[in-house]
Amino acid sequence: MPGKINEKENILKKNKTIPELIWQFFCSVKLAVYTLVLIAATSIIGTIILQNGTQQQYISLYGEAFYNLIKVFNIDDMYHAWWFLLLIVILCINIVVCSIERLSITWKIIFPKQLKFNPERFRKLKNLETFTIDKTFESISKDYETFLSKTVGKVIKKQTESGMVMYAEKGRWTRIGVYVIHSSIILLIIGALIGGIFGFKASLQLDEGATSDVAFLFKKRTPVNMGFSIKCNEFDVKFYDTGAPEEFRSNLTIIENGKESFTKDIRVNHPLRYKGINIFQSSYGTARLDSVVLDIIMLPDKDVTTKTIKIGQEIQLPEDQGLFKLEGFLPHFDFRGNNLGEAFVGRITQKDGNSFQIALPTKFPAFDKMRKGIFAFVVKEFEQKYYTGLQVTKDPGVWYVYSGFILMIIGCWITFFMSHRSYFVEIKKNKTNNSEISISGTTNRNSQGMKLEIQKIVTKLKDK
Amino acid sequence: MNSSLALSSATFIYALASVFYIGSFAFKKQVLAKAGFIVLVIGFLDNTLGIILRWIESYQMGYGHAPFANMYESLVFFSWTVAILYIFVELKYKESIIGVFASPLIFLAIAYASLSPDISSKISPLIPALKSNWLIAHVITCFLGYSGFALAFGFSIIYFVKPKDPDATSIFAKLPSVELIDELTYQMVVFGFLFLTIGIITGAVWANSAWGKYWSWDPKETWSLITWFVYAIFMHLRMMKGWHGKNLAWVSIIGFIAVMFTYFGVNYVLSGLHSYA
Repeated sequence: MPGKINEKENILKKNKTIPELIWQFFCSVKLAVYTLVLIAATSIIGTIILQNGTQQQYISLYGEAFYNLIKVFNIDDMYHAWWFLLLIVILCINIVVCSIERLSITWKIIFPKQLKFNPERFRKLKNLETFTIDKTFESISKDYETFLSKTVGKVIKKQTESGMVMYAEKGRWTRIGVYVIHSSIILLIIGALIGGIFGFKASLQLDEGATSDVAFLFKKRTPVNMGFSIKCNEFDVKFYDTGAPEEFRSNLTIIENGKESFTKDIRVNHPLRYKGINIFQSSYGTARLDSVVLDIIMLPDKDVTTKTIKIGQEIQLPEDQGLFKLEGFLPHFDFRGNNLGEAFVGRITQKDGNSFQIALPTKFPAFDKMRKGIFAFVVKEFEQKYYTGLQVTKDPGVWYVYSGFILMIIGCWITFFMSHRSYFVEIKKNKTNNSEISISGTTNRNSQGMKLEIQKIVTKLKDK
Repeated sequence: MNSSLALSSATFIYALASVFYIGSFAFKKQVLAKAGFIVLVIGFLDNTLGIILRWIESYQMGYGHAPFANMYESLVFFSWTVAILYIFVELKYKESIIGVFASPLIFLAIAYASLSPDISSKISPLIPALKSNWLIAHVITCFLGYSGFALAFGFSIIYFVKPKDPDATSIFAKLPSVELIDELTYQMVVFGFLFLTIGIITGAVWANSAWGKYWSWDPKETWSLITWFVYAIFMHLRMMKGWHGKNLAWVSIIGFIAVMFTYFGVNYVLSGLHSYA
């Protein structure tokens, strides 16, 4: 069968050295098939078993015994496990060795010293079509030659006893296609490797107004320096009528060496790229509150003083009654076993030196009145801020990967939709003034398509 | 005329086409296959109209997006891609009997979309992650890939239907030769493979522009890669001795199961970034 690979050649040789045996091991298509089957089959594991979970998650999902197995084989991060990477390395070596081995043969086919053809072979082809035409040999031979050289390429002619044979071919170079695909795979893997070694994937939560020059790596959660600072000026989310988010947008300023460099909006699908670092909008949430407007009520005469206080700030209480410091903010304030939600906490230091902590839940603004102190602090208003969830990535390998992508598409196109095709036309002089024409052709793929093409050529030539 | 009328009528026209094709096979009447082809083309035109109308309706509703955003729309488009590819194959290879193995697939996909109670045909707004020009390129190429594999699957079935030496008078005598089935299956796999490759690549480029990672081993991505591997195996096996006919047809069937799992299984069984369709 055409295209079938002959692996016998090497096997026949006996007493091979160890490097020869290794080379032979890696240059078989069988190995490629086995490796591909293993990669495909094991890839399923990672889609079923939770990836990058915590120890507790695994134990509660699969039990202690299975957890140990997961740890031994790195199934919690199987696509980066040693055995999975080993399979990919084997595939790479296989591709390289196979390609080198076969390219030396293909190269001789692509660049032959001399184009030769065997008429006998073409006469025996299954797709051979024969017809007679009421024209003399002399009148059509020139016509057919021009037709063949126009539609196919350079024509080689040979005189025979009863007339002549012509041969033309196209697409010999397309035999390189499969090597293009194979090198694209190597390029992809090199790109992925470069990205894995020199790149990072991190995330960053920035409250509106906040600035950061570090992001936090996925999994490890260690900080990584970006080389510049990002300030989130504003975050904005829009919703559809259905309540689903329509768009979220962060207004970011890049600060370099203490100077504002530029400001840009980023949205989902519209990231910011700067100095090899990509900044993406990925999520959002409500930020911790940082300032609050409080009514301070003197209880005996109900005198109200309104103050805006920031977290960490200390103010004088009215009438020199002491100091109040806003110490912080709790997302979940626990009051005698009840979760009262978000709350500010502050500390009152009375003029007698007595100091105690108070809590001001935002959902219950008048909560502090229950304390029955000299003052009651009432949460009047506070600014609800968002934080923006950014993804920060760096991947210097991405251009190798993209070149691999382009090469792969080109390679697939050449390999699957183009072929090396040879055409054969024989013209025989008949005794009566007509001629007998035979046409056939060979191809390295899509023989049915070739058969149809030969039939089309026959109809065209009959009309000439 | 609105899109839901066009698409539900397309479902019934495709059903009729399948009936004609199967009838032509069962009663050995070539004329029924010819009628099946004409009905199929009408169904395809109706299907096209439905997709265009749905696109326009989405703009009228103020959402304004291509009709590739949920399971219903993807199934309708899947039928469309299988139909157009099959029409091309029948015109090129002039073999109408193979329609028996293709037309039911076209009908089943759109019927599942129209009749399944789990699939909403409502036009809904796009979530932020899908708002990208890559959506159209990604969906079209992926589904062209799926359609190639669907037809390869349909044609592979012929190996199991066709007896070794069919009686000249039996209904199996009309089935195409083994060489032609082999070629058709291979051509469909190759077509599917090219477009699945482009589909995965457009998805990767899109993911890189939306999330900053071209590959994150999300279940849908992984399963599309598994599918890609299965068909890569198919093409390498084809070069090895002893792999042809039924043996190879099994690989094409396993490949199509992987396609189906990538398409439906991942959404219903596993969770991930592709939860929309």
